[in-house]
Amino acid sequence: MKRNLSTVLVLGLVLAFLIGPFLIIIAASLSAGNSLAFPPQGLSLKWVAKVFTVESFRESFATSMFLAIFGTLAALALGVPAAYALNRYRLPFSETVRTVVSAPIIVPGIIVGLALLRYLVIPAGVPVMLALFCAHTALVLPYAVRVVSASLGNLRSDIEEAAVLLGCTRSGAFFRVVLPNIRGGILAAFILGFVTSFNQVPVSLFLSGPGVRTLPIDMLGYMEINYDPSVAALSALLAFMSIGIVFLAERFLGFSRYV
Amino acid sequence: MSDDTCLALERLTLAYGDTVAVDALDLTVKRGELIALLGPSGCGKTTTMRAIAGLLEPRSGTIRLEGADITRRPANKREIGLVFQSYALFPHLSVFENVAFGLRLRREPRAAVEAKVAEGLRTVGLDHLAARKPAELSGGQQQRVALARSLVMEPKLLLLDEPLSNLDARLRLEMRAELQRVQKASGITMIFVTHDQGEALALADRIVVMRGGAIEQLATPEEIWNRPASGFVAEFVGFETVLGLRDGKLDTPAGLVPVSGDVPAGAAGLAWRPGAVTLGTGPFEGEVLGVSFAGESREYLLDSPLGRIKADAPASLAMHGIGAKVAFDLPAARAAVLPRLG
Ligand SMILES: Nc1ncnc2c1ncn2[C@@H]1O[C@H](COP(=O)(O)OP(=O)(O)OP(=O)(O)O)[C@@H](O)[C@H]1O
Ligand SMILES: [Mg+2]
Repeated sequence: MKRNLSTVLVLGLVLAFLIGPFLIIIAASLSAGNSLAFPPQGLSLKWVAKVFTVESFRESFATSMFLAIFGTLAALALGVPAAYALNRYRLPFSETVRTVVSAPIIVPGIIVGLALLRYLVIPAGVPVMLALFCAHTALVLPYAVRVVSASLGNLRSDIEEAAVLLGCTRSGAFFRVVLPNIRGGILAAFILGFVTSFNQVPVSLFLSGPGVRTLPIDMLGYMEINYDPSVAALSALLAFMSIGIVFLAERFLGFSRYV
Repeated sequence: MSDDTCLALERLTLAYGDTVAVDALDLTVKRGELIALLGPSGCGKTTTMRAIAGLLEPRSGTIRLEGADITRRPANKREIGLVFQSYALFPHLSVFENVAFGLRLRREPRAAVEAKVAEGLRTVGLDHLAARKPAELSGGQQQRVALARSLVMEPKLLLLDEPLSNLDARLRLEMRAELQRVQKASGITMIFVTHDQGEALALADRIVVMRGGAIEQLATPEEIWNRPASGFVAEFVGFETVLGLRDGKLDTPAGLVPVSGDVPAGAAGLAWRPGAVTLGTGPFEGEVLGVSFAGESREYLLDSPLGRIKADAPASLAMHGIGAKVAFDLPAARAAVLPRLG
C-alpha cells in the first residue's frame, strides 16, 4: 500500500511537470488584465481574439506554415529514396551515410543557424527565405529517414521481386507495392517533421530578415516589447493545434506505431 | 532441341562474387513436366530458380525458354512465374487484388480479370476468402493465394521454391495432392524445389538431385528409388547402409570383407535400405544400440565392425533388447548397385 502511494505521488509529479506549464499558459491567456501573469486577473477571451489581429503574427504564421509543410515535403522527397537505398542495398559507406543524415539532430541548431547566416546569407546573398527553407529541410530529414526506414524494415523485400515477376518494372514495383505499404510511415514522418519544423527556434533565430520571420521567433520579438497575455494565448492555440494533429494521426494511422 | 522443350539450361554458371554457387549446369525440361529439384541445404536450388526467373544474372551459360534465348531478358518480360517460399503476398491488397495484380498490369479487360481471378481462387479453394487481407489468412491459405497469383498469369513455366515447407504435416499432404492436381489440370510446366525426398518422389515426373552446385542424378522417381547413381543419392533416398567395393569385396572399416552373393561387374559400391538387411542370421554380428517400434516393423540400430547399420525386422518377431548381440547379413541380391560411390 505504501509503495502504491509513492508510485502515485511520482506519477502525479511527472504529470504536473509535463502538463502544469501548459495549464498555466492556458490560464494566463484567459486573463482580463494587461500583463502576462499567473494567476490571471479576471477572465476574458480578449487576448485570444487579439492574437488574430496582430499583423506580424499572421505573416510569421504563414511563413512557419510554409516552411513546415514544404520543408517537410522536401525532406521526404530526399528522405524516402535515401531510406529505401539504405534499407535495400548493401552500399559502401552506408553507415557513414546514416551518421551524416543524422547530423542535424546531433549538431546544436544554434550552430547550424549561425553557420548558414555567416557562410550563405551574408557572403553569398542567399535569400533568408531560401536559407530558412534549406535549414528546415535539413532539420527534418533525419526524422524522415528514420521513421521511413522503420516502416521499410517491416516490409519484406521479396514482394518487389514478386511484383517484377508479375510484369512490373523495378520502379513500377516501388510505386505499386512499396509505397502503398509504407504510406503510414511516410504520413507519420510528415507529422513529426511538421511539428518539429513548426516549433523550431534555434536554427531560425539567426535567419530572419525584413518581413521574414518564423512564428516562434516573432513571438520572442513581440514579447520583448509587449508583455501582454496574447503570447500566452498564441502558445495555447499552437499547442492545441499540435495536439489536434497528433490526435488525428493517432486516430487514423496509429501514429505511435511509427515513432 | 525438340519442339516440346520448355526450358533448357546450357552450361549455366551462377556466382555470388567469388563464390560459384552453380557450376556449368545442363538441364532440359519438357513441356508439361513436373520436375523436382532435390538436394541438401546450400546446394544451389534457390540460386538456380532465381536465375531462371531472371532475378539473378548468370556468370555464363544460356537459358532458353521454348527455344528462345532469354539469358539477358529482364525478369518482367520472361513469362515465368515464381512462388516464393515466403509467399511474398502484397500486404496492402486483398486476396482478390493480389491475384488480379499481374492481370491488371497487362491491362486485361475488367470482365476477363474478374473471371480469371474467380477461376484461379476456385482452383485453390479460396473463392470464399477473396475479400480478406493476407495478414488474415493462415500460412497454408497464403501459400495457395501465392499459387493462384502465379497460375492466373498462365506462365510458360512456374517455379516453386519449397512451396510446402512452411506447412504442417497434414496440410502438406493435402497441398501436395492439390499441387499435382492443379499441374495436371493446367498443363503448366513446373519446377519445384524441395529437400524432402518423399515429396519429390511422390510428385515429380522427374527428379533432379543436386549436390554442391551440380546435378548428381536426373531421373524418374522409380529410377532414383531403385537405382541411385551414387552413394550420395542413395543416402538421400533412404539407403542407410552404403559400402564401397574393392577387388570384388566390401570395403569396410574392418578391412575387405567377402560379399554374400554375386556382384555385377563395374559396380563401385552397394547400398541397402534397412528392410534389405537380413537380421538374425548371417556372417556379421552387431550390438543393438537402439530399437524403435514403427508399427509393422521394428527399426534397429546396430554397432558392428562394418560401421553403424540400420536394419528392420517384422514386429511379429521377438525383440532384441539393447546391448544384445545379433547376427546379420548384407545380401548382394537385395542391394542397389552403385556405379559411383561418392
Ligand atoms: N546472396 C548471397 N550471397 C553470397 N552467397 C550466397 C547468397 N545466396 C546464396 N549464397 C550461397 O550460394 C550457395 C547456394 O545457395 P542457395 O540459396 O541456392 O541454396 P539452396 O539449395 O536453396 O539451400 P536451402 O535448401 O537452404 O534453401 C550457398 O553456398 C550459399 O551460401
Ligand atoms: Mg533455398
